[in-house]
Amino acid sequence: MLDDTDRRILRQMQADPGASSAQIAERAGLTSATCWRRIERMQAAGIIRGVRAVINWHALGYEVEVSLRIILDKTQPRAFEDFADAARKIPEVLEIQTLLGQVDVRIALIARDLAHYHEIYRTRILTLPHVTDIDALMHVARVKYNNTVPL
Amino acid sequence: MIALDETDRALLRALAEDATQGSGALGRRLGLSQPATWRRIKRLEEAGILAGRRLDLDLGALGFGVTVFLGIKLGTKGRVSLEDFERAVSAIPEVQTVEHILGVYDYRLRVTARDIPDFERVLRRRIMTLPGVGSVDANVMLSEERLPGPI
Repeated sequence: MLDDTDRRILRQMQADPGASSAQIAERAGLTSATCWRRIERMQAAGIIRGVRAVINWHALGYEVEVSLRIILDKTQPRAFEDFADAARKIPEVLEIQTLLGQVDVRIALIARDLAHYHEIYRTRILTLPHVTDIDALMHVARVKYNNTVPL
Repeated sequence: MIALDETDRALLRALAEDATQGSGALGRRLGLSQPATWRRIKRLEEAGILAGRRLDLDLGALGFGVTVFLGIKLGTKGRVSLEDFERAVSAIPEVQTVEHILGVYDYRLRVTARDIPDFERVLRRRIMTLPGVGSVDANVMLSEERLPGPI
């Protein structure tokens, strides 16, 4: 479905998502019109979902980031749905992933500080439905974070 | 840290959804003039709250069907240089994120591969051969939901 030219455009867009389509065209060695047509086609096909702003939560005063890894009570037929419906309502939850392995679900949670985290944990997390076990990984440092793939 | 009002929060929400919108179009949606919108975006950038852009691609449509979270424990601590490990792991193109964490693991990785055999190749040839790797736990991602966060 994608040819080498499409991949070249995507590589340039991944490397610099803030670049204008004229800049992308130049770096990919294409005319603006060709480049724009291909980008539009990939958007229409749903391959390019969009360009999102990255929000730095530290700069907004959220100092703590935790991965909570959760084991659910799978004897409950709606365990995953009920859990996700409730977790989605917690504003500080940034990501919910369902997994196959030692744990069933992971949620990424941010908090202003440890006291704030403790409060969210006690009042919102421990009350989530169908939870059998929770373990927490505290994020110390982000070494790599680019979400790119080798195209 | 700067204080945000409701308009700033609406701007952040709109840009997190689509960062390609110009200040003219954004301002019309929020009932602001183009220069006022531009000034607010500039202020959010200068405060470090708007920290760049990311390209949101449908990885499945691009042939990357498998995402795995790896929990890595380093072996023989004290004899391994964290810098060496971090440099080597960050250089692997299939590794999207690397986080130094506190908990049952030392590092948490997000790895994207074309399929399970491709993931096995990355795991055996690139991850298991990293300097200092002790044990590796894997959880395969089944679904993912990203939420806007507390704005």
